[in-house]
Amino acid sequence: MTRNRRPLLALATLALSASAALPGAAFAGPTLDAVKKRGELVCGSNPGIAGFGLPDDKGQWKGFDIEFCRAIASAIFNDPSKVRFTPLSAKDRFTALQSGEIDVLSRNTTWTQSREVGQGFEFGAVTYYDGQGFMVRKKLNVNSALELSGASVCVQQGTTTELNLADFFRTHNMKYESVVFATADEGLKAYDTGRCDSFTTDMSQLYGERTKLGNPEDHVILPEVISKEPLGPVVRQGDDQWFNLVKWTHYAMLISEELAVTKANVDEKLKDPNPEIKRLLGVEGDFGAGLGLGKDWAYRIIKNVGNYGEVFDRNVGAGSKLKIQRGLNALWTNKGLQYAPPIR
Amino acid sequence: MAGFVRTAPEPTLPPPAASTGFVAALRQRLFSGPLASVFTVLGVVFLAWAIPPLARFLVIDAVWTAPDGAACRAPGAGACWAYIWRKAGYFTYGSYPVDQRWRVDIVFIVGAFLIAWLLIRRAPWRGIAAGLFFIAYPVMTVLLLRGSTVFGLAVVPTDMWGGVLVTLIMALSGIVFSLPFGVALALGRRSALPIVRFFSIGFIEIMRGVPMITVLFMANLMLPLFVPESWAPDRLLRPLIGVALFASAYMAEVVRGGLQAIPKGQFEGAMALGLTYPQRMRLIILPQALAIVIPGIVNSFIALFKDTTLVAIVGIFDFLRAVDTARLDPEWAGPTITATGYVFAALFYFVFCFGMSRYSLAVERELAKARNR
Repeated sequence: MTRNRRPLLALATLALSASAALPGAAFAGPTLDAVKKRGELVCGSNPGIAGFGLPDDKGQWKGFDIEFCRAIASAIFNDPSKVRFTPLSAKDRFTALQSGEIDVLSRNTTWTQSREVGQGFEFGAVTYYDGQGFMVRKKLNVNSALELSGASVCVQQGTTTELNLADFFRTHNMKYESVVFATADEGLKAYDTGRCDSFTTDMSQLYGERTKLGNPEDHVILPEVISKEPLGPVVRQGDDQWFNLVKWTHYAMLISEELAVTKANVDEKLKDPNPEIKRLLGVEGDFGAGLGLGKDWAYRIIKNVGNYGEVFDRNVGAGSKLKIQRGLNALWTNKGLQYAPPIR
Repeated sequence: MAGFVRTAPEPTLPPPAASTGFVAALRQRLFSGPLASVFTVLGVVFLAWAIPPLARFLVIDAVWTAPDGAACRAPGAGACWAYIWRKAGYFTYGSYPVDQRWRVDIVFIVGAFLIAWLLIRRAPWRGIAAGLFFIAYPVMTVLLLRGSTVFGLAVVPTDMWGGVLVTLIMALSGIVFSLPFGVALALGRRSALPIVRFFSIGFIEIMRGVPMITVLFMANLMLPLFVPESWAPDRLLRPLIGVALFASAYMAEVVRGGLQAIPKGQFEGAMALGLTYPQRMRLIILPQALAIVIPGIVNSFIALFKDTTLVAIVGIFDFLRAVDTARLDPEWAGPTITATGYVFAALFYFVFCFGMSRYSLAVERELAKARNR
């Protein structure tokens, strides 16, 4: 099979750059139709980050990014299990999306200008506001990263993490000593053995790393976030309906948290007189049609997966081992950044 | 003059006490000279330094049963075998659905039986075993693991396969494909037909000239870019092809080494007998050439077995990747989990590689009998 494709491949190697500039070329027809025809959503997922995407003992994928795909599948099929996960490495992920191998990439991918403009992708929404943070030992009695002057910090080599660290200390005119390691694991080990006062990486991972320590309760994560890492689902440019569907899946989950509609009470809420809830759950008006879905699209999401707060809580928040604070990911009504446009 | 002539032989004296028994063996093997004595002492010191902490970590302080990671996180706890036990299903089958895992078990059992049949050199009807293993078994494996609605088996897409299952599939198919491909390429490289020769040389040199990671990335990333979505080979098949082609190139060079060791007289003799080219190769040249390079072939197999771990970088959850992923589970994550996982993985790979190495030694000895007769 490969044999008769080899000449094609050789030619294609030369044409790689040309092809990369036309990411939509390999792909024809609206994504939603393809998904419906296939009978399942294909979701590019993380190969392993605690709380965000990790197989459990039975090999079932669990996590925050995973549940977002289950929410999309629920909106389309009313069945959160109709999704196939393709675990993708950081290098693999964009090609898989470009080639049409996956429908949506939900894999802690940072929304940056160059990815959106240069590579032909669109970021549906920010499902998780991440950023670099610091972990310190509780007994140091440090409450803010601004008190870290003179500290030694364990950091992974050659990542933007190292760069952000330098910038942060320079802007605040503080002294520090960076202790650089090739992998996050080594850095964490050095921190654990007392080689450094602090360990730094992205917040979402910091909480996961903390669970690896002997006594996670002895360590605190400082509130300061020193870099912007907005994470969200990615789709190909050129299919606006699909883009809207992905975006509004997130918004529907936010709105239902705002309106206190949960997985448990969604059926009762169908009778709620609140017009916003009526519109959200499809009791009044038909807001699913434009997305190519039924008018109960948001009801399906909440019934099968839950609202944003529930998903956050059970995967990474207080209901999980990670215990990540809502922080920037709180609703705008709670001083966070999560804000959804209204359905009307 | 009457000389003294012994009438009976003098009784044999027992060997000096210093040259027999345990003490002598020790002396001779461990303290035969100053240098040997120094090394012996150093060796004993090293073992005394290394073994107690290892034994403490792996056995004495190890946690054998625990409901979750709490017991393993306790200060002073050693290897967390409870965690390996809990994750054993995931390590073996990956994400393969729990209620369908009997299918994998059948594949494992049939495979083990056929391999044992093939490898035991005195077993009867090994020809049948070969036929079953090389033709019927792969078909059965694909049908059973992938499933098909025709047989009433739920379809399990390959991205749910993982763990030991994938590692063995990778290694076995690599081994099974690379040997015939390698032989063909080695013969092609020595062929008198220029096109065949150039193709073989080009293939071997290109495959050997790039790192395996490159081959895997090529297979994984570029194939789907240039063919329509529905044509793109399965995500598991892509690295499988990559690994098989890569291994074939190395195998070809090993086999070529064997071919070069065969004296020219063998070729000429075979020709003089009026044998055709396939007959010459099959009956005279290859049996001798392959026998010479058994150590090299097995070396390639062992390297291939370990190289399968590289497929993890293209998102395939082989055994090592499964171990690497499972250690992140917040339920279990702790200071000893990573070490436990990697020790377990090392044991797994060691058992397989050591087994291959021992078997090849036995085969070599068997074949050497014929040569030394």
